[in-house]
Amino acid sequence: MTTSAEDRALREPWDDLERQRQAALTGIWFFSASELLFFGGLFVAYAVNFYLWPHGSMEAGGHTGLAYGLSNTVVLLLSSAAVAVAAASARWPALGRFSRACVWVTMILGVAFLTIKGLEYRHDIEERLIPGPGFPIEARGAQLFFAFYWTSTALHAVHLTVGLGLLLRLAIVGARDPQWYSKTPAVNVTALYWGFVDVVWTILFVLIYLPGRAT
Amino acid sequence: MTDATLDHAPDKPGDDHLGYLSEGGHTLWSWLTTTDHKRIGILYALTITVFFFIGGVAIAIARLELVTPAQDLVSADTYDRLFSMHGIIMVWFFLVPSIPTTFGNFLLPMMIGARDLAFPKLNLFSWYLTAIGGIFVFVALLAGGTDTGWTFYVPYASNYSDSNVLPALIAIFISGFGTIATGINFITTIHTMRAPGMYWFRLPLFVWSMYAVSLAIVLAPPVLAMALTAIAAERVFGLPLFNPADGGDPLLYQHLFWFYSHPAVYIMILPAMGVVSEVIPCFARRRLFGYSFMVYALVAIAVIGFSVWGHHMFVSGQSAYANLVFSFMSFMVAVPSAIKVFNWTATLYRGQISFEAPMLYSFGFVGLFTMGGLTGLFLASIPIDIQATDTYFVIAHFHYIMVGGTVSAFFAALHFWWPKVTGRMYPEAVARFAAILMFFGFNFTFFPQFIMGWAGMPRRYGSYPPEFQIYHVLSTAGAGVLGIAYLMPLFYLTWSIFYGRRAPANPWEATGLEWQTPSPPPKHNFERMPVVDTEPYAYHRRSEAPEVETQTDQNEQMGGTP
Repeated sequence: MTTSAEDRALREPWDDLERQRQAALTGIWFFSASELLFFGGLFVAYAVNFYLWPHGSMEAGGHTGLAYGLSNTVVLLLSSAAVAVAAASARWPALGRFSRACVWVTMILGVAFLTIKGLEYRHDIEERLIPGPGFPIEARGAQLFFAFYWTSTALHAVHLTVGLGLLLRLAIVGARDPQWYSKTPAVNVTALYWGFVDVVWTILFVLIYLPGRAT
Repeated sequence: MTDATLDHAPDKPGDDHLGYLSEGGHTLWSWLTTTDHKRIGILYALTITVFFFIGGVAIAIARLELVTPAQDLVSADTYDRLFSMHGIIMVWFFLVPSIPTTFGNFLLPMMIGARDLAFPKLNLFSWYLTAIGGIFVFVALLAGGTDTGWTFYVPYASNYSDSNVLPALIAIFISGFGTIATGINFITTIHTMRAPGMYWFRLPLFVWSMYAVSLAIVLAPPVLAMALTAIAAERVFGLPLFNPADGGDPLLYQHLFWFYSHPAVYIMILPAMGVVSEVIPCFARRRLFGYSFMVYALVAIAVIGFSVWGHHMFVSGQSAYANLVFSFMSFMVAVPSAIKVFNWTATLYRGQISFEAPMLYSFGFVGLFTMGGLTGLFLASIPIDIQATDTYFVIAHFHYIMVGGTVSAFFAALHFWWPKVTGRMYPEAVARFAAILMFFGFNFTFFPQFIMGWAGMPRRYGSYPPEFQIYHVLSTAGAGVLGIAYLMPLFYLTWSIFYGRRAPANPWEATGLEWQTPSPPPKHNFERMPVVDTEPYAYHRRSEAPEVETQTDQNEQMGGTP
C-alpha cells in the first residue's frame, strides 16, 4: 500500500497541511519567545555585571579572540542565508534538490562554526582565561565577564548542535522522500529555529567581542 | 485484536463504555507510548500524585519536629532538607504541573472541540521530561536531600551548600522544559484547533485560563532555567556570575529567580480560577456573571503578574524606588483578582445552588483564595512587609493561595470531571465529608501560622521560643486532619473506579463540549466533530432568572449539536 506525500507529511491530529503548517509555525514562534527569555536572563546578568565593573569588563573584552568571533559571525550569517533559501525553495518540488543542497551548505557552515569555536576555546584555555586561580586579568569584573563568555557561548553551541541534528534529519528524510520534503512544515520550522540561534549569536558577538576594542 | 481494529472501536457498541481507556491497547507499553492527550493527562495525574504525597511526608516530619520548641526529632540540617524538599517537590512537581498537565491535557482539546492537542508527540515528550526530572528529584532525595530552601539563593546554593543541589537543579531544569513544551502546545492548540463557531469569546473560562497560564509558562520558566544553569555552572565549572567574592551581585540572582517565581504563583493559581469558573455556574445553574471581564481579568493577572516580582525583595537591599513601584504593581494585581472573586459571588445570586462535592471545594477555593489574597496586600505594603518578612505570616499567606486555593480547585476539578475521566461516579456523601474536612483541616493548619507569624515566629527554624508552642501544636494537629482529608479521596476514588455507579455522558447537566461526548470519551473525543452555536455557560436564557425555566428549556440551551 502506498501513501500519498500529503499523508506522509500530515501528522495526527490534522486534516489538512495548511492548518498543520500554521500550527507548526505558531509553535516555533512561541518557542523562540521562550528561548529569547532563556538567553534574556543571561543578557541581564551581563548588563548588570558590565554596569558594576565597566573597566574590568572592557579589559576582559579586549582579551577575547576577535578574529575567531568575526569569522564565526560571517560563517553563521552565511548559514542563515543558506537556510532561508532552503526554506523558501523547499515548497517547489522542482527546486527540491537545490533546497536540500542549501540544507547541506547550512550544515557545513554550522560545523565550520563549531570548529572555529573549538579553536577559539583552545586558544582561550592556553591563555588561562578560565575564572578561578591563575586568571591572568587582575581587574575586578573580568572573571564575571569570562563566566558569561563561557556560559553563553557553550549554551549557544548546544543550541547550534541541536539545530545541526534537525538539519541532518531534513537532509536524510528529504533525500529518501523528496515529496515529503516539499510538503512538510519541518523545513520552515527548522529554518526559523536556525535563524533564532543565529540572532542570538549576533547579540553575543556584540556583547563579547566589541567591548574594550575602541581606541 | 490488532491496534488497527481497535482504532475503530467506537463504532462497536460493546466497547463504548470504556472509550479511550480500552481503545489503543491495555498494555503498559501502550500507555507509555500513547499520544492520546487523555492518556497523557492520566500519566501526569499518577506522577504528580506520587510527588504530592512525597512532598507531604517531608513536611509532615517537619511539622512533627515543630511540636516541641527544642530541636529534638531531627537535626537542624535534616530539618532544612525536609522543608527544602517539600518546597521543591510541591512547587515544581505538584503545583506548577497540577491542573494544566492533568485536566488541561485531558479537557482542553475536548472543550474547544478538537481531536487532540496540536502536537501529540511533543505532549508525550513533555511527560517524559517531567518524569526524567522526577527521577532526578529521587536522586536528590535518596542522596540525602537539598538544604537550600526551594529558592536556591546564592551564594549559599552556588558556593557553600554541601547538600545535593545539582540533582535538584537538573530536576527542575528538565521538568521546566517539559512544562514549557506543554505551554507551547496549549497556545498553538487554542489558536489553531477551535471547532467551527468556537470564537474566542465563546471559549470556556477554563480554556482561557489555560491560555493565560500558557503565556506565563512560555515566558517565565526559561528565566529560571537560566538562573539555575548559572548556579550549576558555578558549582561544577567554577564560573562566577553572581559570586560576590568576584564582584558579582547575589541580588541579581534573586531578581532572576523571582522574575520566574512570582509569575509561577500565577501559573499555579490561574488554572484553579479556570476550574472554579466552570464549577460554580454549573452548580448554581447560572450564567457566569461578567464573562468578558473574567477573561480580561485572567489575562490582566497573567500580564501584571510579570511586574510584581520585586515584592519578594523589599528587605534584600533593593532600591527604595524599586520597592515603591513593585509595591504599587502588587496592589494593581489585586484588582483583577478581586473582579474574579466578585463575579464568582455574583454568579451565585438567584442561582439554584446545590452542594455537590466539587461545589464545596470551589466555595473553599473562593474563601481561602480571598484570605490569601488579602493577606497578600498586607505583604505588598512595604512597612508591614518589613515586619513580616520571613515569618510564618508569609508562609500562611502563600499556603492560603497555593494550598487553600490551587489544591482545593484541583480537588474540585478531580471530582467535577471524575465521571468524564473514568466513566464512574464517585461516592457523593463521603466526598462532601472530605471536602468539608479539608477546609477545616486547612484552616486549623494555617490560621495559627498567621498569628504566630504576626507575633514574630520566623520561618525555616526547627527550634523556637516556647511561647509559640501552642500555635505550632495547633498547626501540626491541623496538618494531621488535612492529611486524612487528602488521603480520603485516594481511597474512595480508587474504590469508585471498580465499584462506582456508571456515569452518564453529562451527570451534572453542565454546558461545555466535553459533556457532549460519552463518559469516558472515545479516543478521538467526538464521534462527529462538534459545531458551536451558543455562548458558554448558557444555563438559562439571557435576561431570565433560572426559576422561571423548565428543564426542557435548559436542555435546549445546553447543546447546539444534533
